[in-house]
Amino acid sequence: MRIVKLKKEYFHPFLDVISRQAELWAPVKKGDKHIFDRVEDFNRIEMKTTRTLLPPKKLLVPPAFNTFTFNAEGYQEDLSHVSSKILFGIHPCDIHGLLTLDKLFMHEYTDPYYVKARQKTLILGLSCWPDEYCFAKSTRTHIIDEGFDLFFTDLEDFFLVWVGSSQGDDLLRMKPDLFEETLSDSDIQRYIRWQTERDKAYRTEINFMAMPDLMELKYKAPFWEEAGRACLACGSCSMVCPTCNCYNVLDKLALGGKPGRRLRLWDSCTLVEYSEVAGGENFREHKADRLRLWYTHKLQAYVSKYGKPSCVGCGRCLVTCPVEINVRTISKALEGEDPKAFWYRLPSEVKP
Amino acid sequence: MNGETRCREEGNPFLPHPARIVRTYPLTQDVKFFQIRFLNMDQALAFKYKPGQFAMISVLGAGEAPFCLSSPPSRPGLLEFCIRKAGSVTGALFDLKENAMIGVRGPYGNGFPIEQMAGRDILITIGGLGVAPLRSVLLYCLDNRDQFGKVSVLYGAKKPSEMIFREEYFALKERGDLECHLAVDADDTGSWTENVGVVTTLFPKLSKVNPENTYALVCGPPVMYKFVLREFVKLSIPKNQILMTLERRMKCGVGKCGHCAIDYIYTCLDGPVFTYWDVLHMRELI
Repeated sequence: MRIVKLKKEYFHPFLDVISRQAELWAPVKKGDKHIFDRVEDFNRIEMKTTRTLLPPKKLLVPPAFNTFTFNAEGYQEDLSHVSSKILFGIHPCDIHGLLTLDKLFMHEYTDPYYVKARQKTLILGLSCWPDEYCFAKSTRTHIIDEGFDLFFTDLEDFFLVWVGSSQGDDLLRMKPDLFEETLSDSDIQRYIRWQTERDKAYRTEINFMAMPDLMELKYKAPFWEEAGRACLACGSCSMVCPTCNCYNVLDKLALGGKPGRRLRLWDSCTLVEYSEVAGGENFREHKADRLRLWYTHKLQAYVSKYGKPSCVGCGRCLVTCPVEINVRTISKALEGEDPKAFWYRLPSEVKP
Repeated sequence: MNGETRCREEGNPFLPHPARIVRTYPLTQDVKFFQIRFLNMDQALAFKYKPGQFAMISVLGAGEAPFCLSSPPSRPGLLEFCIRKAGSVTGALFDLKENAMIGVRGPYGNGFPIEQMAGRDILITIGGLGVAPLRSVLLYCLDNRDQFGKVSVLYGAKKPSEMIFREEYFALKERGDLECHLAVDADDTGSWTENVGVVTTLFPKLSKVNPENTYALVCGPPVMYKFVLREFVKLSIPKNQILMTLERRMKCGVGKCGHCAIDYIYTCLDGPVFTYWDVLHMRELI
């Protein structure tokens, strides 16, 4: 893979050229958090963020969008959520998240709503530094060698830029004089030192390879009931998870002869209606059953299909769940440890 | 980028195909029969399915839901469904008159393994609305009668008025080339001439079963499975020759929306037909 160097002072001039081609989206501040937002003023871009509130999936499969409109004549496909975008500042874990979604949406019955948005989206990755909630090293998603068009490693006064695709190469060629093709030995040493230090900075470790077995062996362990009792069934874990793809479908009629719409909306298997069928039968009425499904998918099912967990170690569930049900606490509980999570502190008289 | 090189361009699998209701009439108090044809004849001919597969039916404005096909693929052209009024989509469907427009897409799911079932004896056990998918496979077997060994049907319903396709099954009893036993849990008419009791009381009436050569199929209300499966096992039918079709919430039918996930499989792609072995080794199936 081609690796070039970009001095920091040339970064905005580069964005200036490429943002004329497509909408530029990047992490910006929102309160004390960060979100991906449309950016015209490059000074808004936050270069040293950890995770954004929502993962970049929101730009490929928005939280709610029309799949088609309908009237008496028939159906009209609606792809209005698709536009040319350049996503800058996507961290390796989130790129892995997109690759996981690719496997689902581009496999067997290709999903045009995802595929068309994905085709029009350029991914410009950016290196990051872990905080205490990141565990991407445990999921081996702290490094990335595919799934991006360009990847920027921030080495303080310059970037090393990995060129991951032909379209990424086209972007560089729009302003080739900004980039240096030759890397010095000291540049390379800087990168190696950065990588070594970065790898040491991960403080949360989870043994994911043990999880499929433990999910099977501990399927009936009492901690599931306890976690189920604490779970608010709010669905936040799914909203923030880069690999949660479940969705609901809703028809909306319009007044005044306007066409009706069929919407697709983010959904979560932790919500009570998720497995309900006609007539009120619910296959997962209890919160514990729904949590087990969520973690079966993340820690076990995906491993048996693809040889790796569908968790990418971004830590969003750790910072989001109000009652500390997350990949870290559940893994600890599966390993037989007391994760000291909220649900272990819950008085036993609190009933579901 | 990756998306471009990986995807295969195909039509949009989420767009329903316009269809019309040809006939609809009540089968019981809350179950209706629907016969449907695609507006586009090419679409009708392209819709090739197996018994046990399902389709997604749309009533625009009300939504979309999965329904198993009740017609056999050996009678192409028209699709038949038997549908219980149970939610918003079925509620809207019940309000539609003949010739009304609906949307249909599919067929989806694995269906019954009819290739493997060919040449074998077929034992079909039906409870109530379980007739919907099993009618497709039964009529398929009868339409291809010489491809199958002995065909037996055990059909139980709550009461005579709730026996869906009652006349059809009484007519089947007259045929000499299959064994058909009917039962109702309770006879509230006083004129029921067949058996009274739950469906499992029909097992002793079966003529000798050759278990190694038999595929046993069951569909019915959840409570019924345990008892019927016990009878199949008593007959020594191998667990991977015991087939059942399951119901799950589905929003897409094509393995994307996630609702029908069980363990590492999707009911819509890997099911809805499962073997008894699948059920034993996967959690949450029944």
